Amino acid sequence: MNAAYFEFVRIRFLTMLAYRVNYYSGIIVYAINIGAYYFLWKAIYGSAETLAGFTVEQMTTYVAVSWMARAFYFNNLDREISNEIRDGSVAVQMTRPINYLMVKMMQGFGEGVFRMLLFMVPGMILATLLFHVTLPTDPMRWIVFFVMIWFSFLINSQLNILTGLFAFFVENNEGLMRMKRVLVDLLSGVIVPIAFFPAWGRAVMDWLPFQAITYLPSSVFTGRTTDAETWHALWIQIGWFAVLVVPILLMWRSARRRLFVQGG
Amino acid sequence: MRLSRLGYTFGLFKEYIANYVKVKLTYRADFWVEVVSDLLFSLTNLVFIFIVFQHTPTLGDWSESEVVFVYGYYMIAQGVFGAFTNLWNFGDRYIIKGEMDRVLTRPAHSLAQVMLENVDPPSLVSSLVGLGIMGTAWAKLGLTFDWYDPIVLIVMVLGSVLIYTGIYVSLAAISFYSDAPTGIIPLMYNIQNYGRYPIQIYNRGIRFLLTWVLPFAFVGVYPAMFFLEAHRDVFMAWMTPVVGLIAAGISLAVWNRGVTKYRGAGS
Repeated sequence: MNAAYFEFVRIRFLTMLAYRVNYYSGIIVYAINIGAYYFLWKAIYGSAETLAGFTVEQMTTYVAVSWMARAFYFNNLDREISNEIRDGSVAVQMTRPINYLMVKMMQGFGEGVFRMLLFMVPGMILATLLFHVTLPTDPMRWIVFFVMIWFSFLINSQLNILTGLFAFFVENNEGLMRMKRVLVDLLSGVIVPIAFFPAWGRAVMDWLPFQAITYLPSSVFTGRTTDAETWHALWIQIGWFAVLVVPILLMWRSARRRLFVQGG
Repeated sequence: MRLSRLGYTFGLFKEYIANYVKVKLTYRADFWVEVVSDLLFSLTNLVFIFIVFQHTPTLGDWSESEVVFVYGYYMIAQGVFGAFTNLWNFGDRYIIKGEMDRVLTRPAHSLAQVMLENVDPPSLVSSLVGLGIMGTAWAKLGLTFDWYDPIVLIVMVLGSVLIYTGIYVSLAAISFYSDAPTGIIPLMYNIQNYGRYPIQIYNRGIRFLLTWVLPFAFVGVYPAMFFLEAHRDVFMAWMTPVVGLIAAGISLAVWNRGVTKYRGAGS
């Protein structure tokens, strides 16, 4: 059974590999992205040594690693799911003896692994050469970081699945998907670290799952957290992962009763 | 001949808009959802600016209101562009699924048809909001208002929109040559965001890239420099419509050549 799910990872990976054109341009564009934010932050810092507890070096590292992590956890599961619901092919998938949502998760993972190997690793090397990125020397930090971006992937995919499943309940969830994407980029800390938000903003963010996607793993990577804080961050991620399983299952259960295919 | 053809295309435009309205009346909620999601996107960008300026008084030598002003301009151009050029899934829909077959059997110019089939008027709401933001920043900065400013603004916005359209049409036309769905377009979308920050903060390489290679800086900071007295650079500002016409011309040539390479999806 598990072998079947693994096949989905493999197939998606190979499909992505077949469309390599995306990736050649992708590395360059990710580097440009990091570069632009690097200069933006440098201008923001001006002559200041630290802002919101970040030194310039930590900020550079934060920007680089956040974009790289995004390459890994980012996927379009929401779009894929809602397309399959709208064109009705989800019905065929439901008749198969495997869990549809697990299949989606595995496909997302295949995509993530592809991006990690072909975007993240070369991109990170490029960014390290171009900008003052300081990589952690403690091997433990690397291990924890990879565990954490695995949870970033899980949580982000869960949010995507939730957004995608809305297509069962509304005729068009295009706007919802776009809103989610914008919110994730802003509130997860890719664009601006949560520490920069005003106090009330931070207080709100503590109760939302978004910070678990980028801010927590990237903070750990930059070495700003103590050991205790690192473990605490990991627990927050595990907690959100567990919590988000509930609405997905509830939605999936009620969705199956009301599949409505438009023009199908 | 050419003029009557232009008139014909405009006639089609009216028909497509009428059709669009009919479709949207069926999915009425979508219209508002789209408007709200567009505005939310702009709001997050403004939030970024406001958050940043809580930690620093200036960005380079640009004040908060000046940066907001540039962003307001950017929103206007972005809104108009989004309304008329909506080619995000061009490769998937027209090349891979082969809808281009249908387009090519019709007499109107293929690019005009593709653009008209994807008109997206809700996007214009963000232009209005952008105008409001720019106006607010204008008042806050105490800039003078000359009689010709509205006319210049319209010319600048048209130039900026042509630049965007040119770049994205050229990129979409790449799909004619390569079968793979190109991920370039969504990624390009990331780069275009940098045009709205003061170009002076970047290093020479990126500045060159954003000015002459992917001229996104002409959709934001350069044209705004016509109005911002502290950063006035009339020459670069007036390059906006020039670069716009060049970009549009190139893209039309790329498209026309690309169409001849279209082989159909084999279905």
